[in-house]
Amino acid sequence: MSATAPVVSTPAEAAAVRPKRTRWRTSLLAHGEPSVWLCGGALALALLMIVGLLVLVAYQGTSTFWPVPAVQIKTAQGKVLLGEVTRTETYKPEQGVIDALTPAEKEKARAEADADEGWVRRRLLRTGNFDLTGTHHTWVSDFQVAAEGEPEWALVVERFTWGYFYGTPHKFVVDGKPQAETPEAAWQLFQEHHPTVLERQRRRVRLEKVELGELSAEENNARLAVRDAELRYGEGTPEVAAAEQRLQEVRKHAHAEGDRIRGEITALNQQNDRFRIVLRTADGEEVNLPLARIVRAYPANQLSTGDKWGVYFSRWGEFLTDNPREANTEGGVFPAIFGTVLMALLMSLVVVPFGVMAALYLREYAKSGPIISIVRIAINNLAGVPSIVFGVFGLGFFCYLVGAFVDGGPERVQVTPLSPLSWWLGLTAAVLVGFFAFLAYLQGSQKERRGTILGRLLGRGSLVLWLGCFGLVIFLIVTIPYFDGFYRAKLPNPTFGTGGVLWAALTLALLTVPVVIVATEEALAAVPNSMREGSYACGASKWQTIRRIVLPRAMPGIMTGMILAMARGAGEVAPIMLVGAVKLAPELPGIFPLEHLSRSFMHLGFHIYDVGFQSPNSEAARPMVYTTTLLLIALVALLNITAVLLRRRLRRRFQVSQF
Amino acid sequence: MISQQPIISQQAMASHPGPETPPDGAVEKIAIGEPLRLGAIARGESVTTFVHPELAKEEHVLRILTFSLWYGPKQALFDVSLDIPRGKVTALIGPSGCGKSTLLRCVNRLNDLLDTIRIRGDMALNGESIYAPAVDVIELRKRMGMVFQKPNPFPMSIFENVIYPLRIDGIRDRAALNEACEKALRSAALWDEVKDRLHESGLALSGGQQQRLCIARAIAGEPEVLLLDEPCSALDPIATGKIEDLIHELAGEYSVLIVTHNMHQASRTSHYTAFMYLGNVIEFGPTPKLFTDPSVRETNDYITGRFG
Repeated sequence: MSATAPVVSTPAEAAAVRPKRTRWRTSLLAHGEPSVWLCGGALALALLMIVGLLVLVAYQGTSTFWPVPAVQIKTAQGKVLLGEVTRTETYKPEQGVIDALTPAEKEKARAEADADEGWVRRRLLRTGNFDLTGTHHTWVSDFQVAAEGEPEWALVVERFTWGYFYGTPHKFVVDGKPQAETPEAAWQLFQEHHPTVLERQRRRVRLEKVELGELSAEENNARLAVRDAELRYGEGTPEVAAAEQRLQEVRKHAHAEGDRIRGEITALNQQNDRFRIVLRTADGEEVNLPLARIVRAYPANQLSTGDKWGVYFSRWGEFLTDNPREANTEGGVFPAIFGTVLMALLMSLVVVPFGVMAALYLREYAKSGPIISIVRIAINNLAGVPSIVFGVFGLGFFCYLVGAFVDGGPERVQVTPLSPLSWWLGLTAAVLVGFFAFLAYLQGSQKERRGTILGRLLGRGSLVLWLGCFGLVIFLIVTIPYFDGFYRAKLPNPTFGTGGVLWAALTLALLTVPVVIVATEEALAAVPNSMREGSYACGASKWQTIRRIVLPRAMPGIMTGMILAMARGAGEVAPIMLVGAVKLAPELPGIFPLEHLSRSFMHLGFHIYDVGFQSPNSEAARPMVYTTTLLLIALVALLNITAVLLRRRLRRRFQVSQF
Repeated sequence: MISQQPIISQQAMASHPGPETPPDGAVEKIAIGEPLRLGAIARGESVTTFVHPELAKEEHVLRILTFSLWYGPKQALFDVSLDIPRGKVTALIGPSGCGKSTLLRCVNRLNDLLDTIRIRGDMALNGESIYAPAVDVIELRKRMGMVFQKPNPFPMSIFENVIYPLRIDGIRDRAALNEACEKALRSAALWDEVKDRLHESGLALSGGQQQRLCIARAIAGEPEVLLLDEPCSALDPIATGKIEDLIHELAGEYSVLIVTHNMHQASRTSHYTAFMYLGNVIEFGPTPKLFTDPSVRETNDYITGRFG
């Protein structure tokens, strides 16, 4: 309004000319577009990183097993290399390196370097033949190359030991007599004989591992039985004598059986040893390879697309179903898959019931107050405790305390057992306390006492008595004089007193229980109160309402909690390194017999760490790291998808119709 | 938990005079000419309930005996006394927040679930106290059926929904369950619509069907009283009509106490009506009389739409 506006007198006129508030055009900031871009950008960045990671892992992981052509390179110095190109990069060679070259090379290197500001290309050649050259890989700069080609008969050989071998077939030898002198003929014969040789090889391994293993386990058990009898009845007693006699029998049987099996193995070895292939390496050396040492061989430069897929899937098959070889850098990861799945299942078996019960108490029974708030905060904080702390706890509590107790009884955990008399007195006391607790509960919950002070006192007293009874029972278990361990005979070698799949599962259950509790609590809170009221109005008790209405309704949410817990548990590595995961587990853990739960196990996450960072042959291990990572991701995704499908089936039951 | 103030003893309850009943024939049209007491009621002054003499002739299934209730410091019910006749439909009407639903939820002690509630007084179901300390609430609730504002079928099949009260009693006999289910569904006028899909989810029904399912569930346990808390407020007119017909049919066999917002619904479905205002029962009498010829001025003003 201008300052020269006429002075107004009446209210009506004042209203008519009241100065208008200056309005700004709504700014961009007020519209909020920038924040939309910011939020969208943040999401896009996060998605990009995740997708990038997945694409990298998927690409590298799936391309590991694809057969690439074998390249033969003749360097200017006259060295001949044969192998597969695994990596290509550019680098700036130091001046000294170029100066040391021959004049022809120097010129070539200078020309290449000048063309690209001093950058030259080099390739990493997997040359294998570790037993001859002492190296798996060789770098070849482009300026070093004098001649390059893909020889027709270059053969890629994967061996059980010593890694890859590259060469051309030269002769096929049976019983020391050369059968074929040309590469084609030798390769033909190789293909003909290799499957049967491999079959024999497999039978040999099975005889060694399973049958001989069983024999020695039998003998070992008999020996433990003797030791057990000695511990139980004292030396020189008839029981010991009987056990010893049994041991002798078992030994005799084992010797006879062992000789038979060893004979069979020798025969198989001799059979296999007849077939050999003579290969010529790139620099002309002849190597005589027994067929039994070869896992797989293929002429890399003659493969059709179908053959390549054949090699590819055969390698995947080996990866998924076989044991690892060569310090885990070759072969399969089946024990690791098995260990991971078994551990995750055991873990969810433990964590889901406990988590759900705890959440039920917190949400349905406990009265909200400061104590419950503190408990909730503590649970949420528990989820943030570094996982290695759980590992340390698991090692200290489960392995060295509970496990040691299971192995060797109270004395093993430095507890002096009570005398039988006081133990029985204690047991009687425990039974009496429990009885009184029950009595107090019954009396306190009687109709006429409900709500009265006496009733309340009886209720509280019952709780205290229950707790006392519980504590007493724990004390009596720990100080039991009649128990001296299930595995005493094996001591000082621990059975459960060291890391194992059971303890790892329990440790991870502790780690993931907050996840389950929080998810379950949310699911319970999401059950509409009208349903609870409807149930109460029908005369249902609280427990009946929970069991019949609340829990089924909350089941999808509980499943979500289980999914999250499994995903977290299956990927966790730090704690299980302390409580049972090992680099190489010779025997798979299992559920039955129960003793197998004490076995240490292989785990995909730990396998990645081990292969990637503890391997002597890191270049060869690199692709395996990607493949194993891909497998772990796929495994976790598979576990999740199963649970999601299960959840969807449950959820369909609770679909509410629209009206 | 509910902290209780002294409770009327069993004997006191038996000899309780009940709400003040004017002598027969001497019903004066006292209130119509008098000034509105709305302000006085709002200030918390006590009001005596005007009870029509017709109620004295009825047999009572449920007696509410000078019942008061506090939500924390706020009193929501003021010495409410009502005798609910057996085999009839009794409606509770009144403006929002007058305590109708609270009173209804006190009858089957659903308000026990709230922490901040305090009560005084008692109720009696067929002569047995509801709020005596020795009463087993679970057993008590089994003697009543309740239907809520929003249909709340359980996430299970229609069959399981209906026989829920029997299930929680631990009845396993298949024949008995089937029979109870059919009887309840027939009583709730739902049998013909769902008899072929008893094992489909109860949540797949329409809103009106869901509410009738809830009624079937409420009567499956053969309750002594049926409590309906605005059963039609979430339904469309057609579904409402069906439920109202149903309530009419249920009368006689069941004693029904229905809370409603809708005065027309009260006049259509009920035999007796109680008008409540700010936690007080102002007038209680036969529905036709209350709606056409009320004896208290506040009732008259409310049903003619002058307030509320």
